[in-house]
Amino acid sequence: MTVEMLNLKPALPEMFLLGMTCLILVIDLFLTERSRGATYLLSQVTLLVTAVLAITGYSAETTLSFNGTFVLDPMGSVLKIAVLVATVVVFLYSKDYLRARDLFKGEFYVLGLFGVLGMMILVSAHNFLTVYLGLELLSLSLYALVAMHRDSAAASESAMKYFVLGAIASGMLLYGMSMIYGATGTLDLSAVHAQVATMDGNNLILVFGLVFLIVGIAFKLGAVPFHMWIPDVYQGAPTAVTLYIGTAPKIAAFAMLMRLLVDGMGSIHAHWEDILVLLSIVSLAVGNVVAIAQANLKRMLAYSTISHVGYLLLGVLAGTASGYAASMFYIIVYALMSLGGFGMIILLSRAGFEAERLEDFKGLNERSAWFAFMMLILMFSMAGVPPFLGFWAKLVVLKAVVDVNLVWLAAVAVVFSIIGAFYYLRIVKLMYFDKPEDGSALEASADMRVMVSANGLLVLGLGIAPEALMSLCAAALHVH
Amino acid sequence: MFSDLPLLSLVIWVPIIGGALVLATGSDRNAIEARVLGLLIALATFVLSIPLFTNFDPNTAAMQFTESHKWIETFDIWYRLGVDGIAMPLILLTTFMTVMVIISAWEVIQYKAAQYIAAFLIMEGLMNGVFAAVDAALFYVFWEAMLIPMFLVIGIWGGPRRVYATIKFFLYTFLGSVFMLVALIYLYNKTGSFDILDFQAAKLGMTPQILIFLAFFLAFSVKIPMWPVHTWLPDAHVEAPTGGSVILAAIMLKLGAYGFLRFSLPIAPDASNELSLIIIVLSLIAVVYIGFVALVQQDMKKLIAYSSISHMGFVTLGFFMAFAIYRRTGGLDGAAMGVEGGIVQMISHGFVSGAMFLCVGVLYDRLHSRQISDYGGVVNSMPVFAAFMVLFAMANAGLPGTSGFVGEFMVILSAFKANFWYSFLAALTLILGAAYTLWMVKRVIFGKVTSDAVAALQDINGREFLFLGLLAVLVLLVGVWPAPLLDVMHATVNNLLHHIMQSKL
Repeated sequence: MTVEMLNLKPALPEMFLLGMTCLILVIDLFLTERSRGATYLLSQVTLLVTAVLAITGYSAETTLSFNGTFVLDPMGSVLKIAVLVATVVVFLYSKDYLRARDLFKGEFYVLGLFGVLGMMILVSAHNFLTVYLGLELLSLSLYALVAMHRDSAAASESAMKYFVLGAIASGMLLYGMSMIYGATGTLDLSAVHAQVATMDGNNLILVFGLVFLIVGIAFKLGAVPFHMWIPDVYQGAPTAVTLYIGTAPKIAAFAMLMRLLVDGMGSIHAHWEDILVLLSIVSLAVGNVVAIAQANLKRMLAYSTISHVGYLLLGVLAGTASGYAASMFYIIVYALMSLGGFGMIILLSRAGFEAERLEDFKGLNERSAWFAFMMLILMFSMAGVPPFLGFWAKLVVLKAVVDVNLVWLAAVAVVFSIIGAFYYLRIVKLMYFDKPEDGSALEASADMRVMVSANGLLVLGLGIAPEALMSLCAAALHVH
Repeated sequence: MFSDLPLLSLVIWVPIIGGALVLATGSDRNAIEARVLGLLIALATFVLSIPLFTNFDPNTAAMQFTESHKWIETFDIWYRLGVDGIAMPLILLTTFMTVMVIISAWEVIQYKAAQYIAAFLIMEGLMNGVFAAVDAALFYVFWEAMLIPMFLVIGIWGGPRRVYATIKFFLYTFLGSVFMLVALIYLYNKTGSFDILDFQAAKLGMTPQILIFLAFFLAFSVKIPMWPVHTWLPDAHVEAPTGGSVILAAIMLKLGAYGFLRFSLPIAPDASNELSLIIIVLSLIAVVYIGFVALVQQDMKKLIAYSSISHMGFVTLGFFMAFAIYRRTGGLDGAAMGVEGGIVQMISHGFVSGAMFLCVGVLYDRLHSRQISDYGGVVNSMPVFAAFMVLFAMANAGLPGTSGFVGEFMVILSAFKANFWYSFLAALTLILGAAYTLWMVKRVIFGKVTSDAVAALQDINGREFLFLGLLAVLVLLVGVWPAPLLDVMHATVNNLLHHIMQSKL
């Protein structure tokens, strides 16, 4: 591990992104409505170049910079690349949707890019303050994005809800950090880790701090009982924004979990393991059971997210390197499936029509057999049926808990996956077994069609050959 | 000429890729192309599966036609294929029955014909994969993936209550399978590989064995299905289109029985021994009680569905009696006869139940009813069809000279060596089976012509004659000359029995 006073190189992608985002903010001021496409293109180029910088910066070594507040490690690099690629896809999916609803504004892209910057900082955080900095940059961008459709009452309501609850969660997190600072006397995560290892695990301030940290993390991830905001925000926000919230920030939230609990509090794993077991079980239960009752697809996917968070926690709570790698694999797979799911909603919607009710998927097989098949792949993948990618994600996290002799927990998790299968099957049922309500052909641009197809086929293809992604995650966490 | 081809991979992937090609023919305007292409692919797959039989070495219990490639290194999962004397005949059954199904669907399926045929081809590849997989993760992938095409087949082309039936089918089987997944992960954790042969060799304590056995039991008993988790089957059968019923009865039910032989018995022999009495009791309940239930059915498909459950009871009885016979006789010969009888019963039931469902399909295509009471005197208008139906009904009732007799007779005979009452109760099926099958035939085929519609029925055409005739030949062939079938499984069954009689504790 090399520590230098001010080594800027590890943060090169972030600095590039920051510079470009400010530039886009200024350029956008001088653009007319008709040439707004330039903002879109510039944003995409920015994200792609940032991704290239992140890939070239990949190194198996761990490097600290900015006085040890910023870390570049393989896990961080992989997660950043995933965040950037996911955002590229999000921007692509949302372009036509925003155009049709008069929301095609520079703000969407600038806020989106600032959000990405926040995520990248969060992913690379190695100090409580950097964690908080990244988190707030991300959260504030998200609040504004949700409220962007300002004439919509539902969007404004959900933005308000999101803001208030999010602020409380941030407060909790900050409170937890301050307690741990009080107990250990440091904000640096490595130092906290070393300090905590020497302390009595039952130190009251430390335990309180830990609990508050977990509350903050659980809120950002959307684990039960801190999940209340997810269904309302997912449903209320414009689908393009829901797509954004439901994908890349989840990867960042996973990174936050890893940084705070594993890098920071890893030495008292036994203390947080049971809390995560509990969060995981209730998330699986509430997510899967409540999803059944939903008639709105965005809301259903919101509860599905909650249940996926339950699975995600399984790998982390195992407390082994292979368990962390399993969860990392899970979150990347989840982001990919989630992109496809919301992508399909956008694909089916058109000006003046949001395809967000379950009924809107009726008879899709008659309207477009190809996209019905893509949705079938995504739904079975989310349900965890092989040969799709979602199955391997479930397999690796289940293996992680079986490895630490929590076979009963694996059994509980699979029971909930059966309940979960029901509501994914219902979508397939609507698409294949019912007659369409309107037989009109799909209206979607070519780039949208190609991307959704690629997204679906990737879930199938990586399901048949998951080795590359699995070994990438394993290498990122130094398994073996 | 076939010896250097990767035959097992071919019988898995030719139909799957072929199914994708059939899908590419698109809408129903190209239905003819889809049918012809589908039939050619099914025939090619069947031809590719024949060398598995002709080049099979019956003197060894080892896996044959093996293929082995690294698949997922991180978890040491391999693409490992191989067949022994138990799996090989089942692959042939699968490839043969798929050809029958595609012929039987020819003019009958007009709505989305390409998707229908593609679903069956893909299902064929996946089922062959289940029988050929020697890696547990690979096995599980095929095992679960197979549910998707069947789910769609019942749901898209099924009857009025198809949605209820197909979701019940999916969730029931999914419920069983996920616990098997946990058991497989546990075994991987113990042995460090996903190789089924390593699982079989692993030493396990009694408690883990019982838990593993129960997890597998849940998966396989739902699939077979055994009483009391059989309720999805009559629903699925009644609502499924003819082809779906045929594949469900002829092959999918066999997967559960195959799972017992491949996983439950060899991986947890002590638990199997310990719990064998429970399985025997459940099997006998299936044989006797479900036989009575079949007797009172009004719907022909439901009747055959219950008869399937009853017949599959023989299979599990044959497998799990082995321990009792070994304890009483000290030798493996009696046990081997029971297990082999069970396997012969699987193959025979594949032909017979498939044929019975096809017969009902033939009637349904003409009158659009499966109610027994809507028919009567069919022999007057459809004499050729009546001859076939009576033959298959006799086989279903276990008449000597048909394939149905061989397996049942072997199981009943070896049951005497275990316990008189097992064989007494099992032998009741000869009466019950005859009662419910022949009574149905009497009411449907014989008697007075009940309605003008029945009087106006057209006898079977050349296409229908073809598939019923081929099945009739096979039913009789296995009935009078089962030796080739028994020869290929002797070594494998003996090896299996040797293995399971050694305690793993």
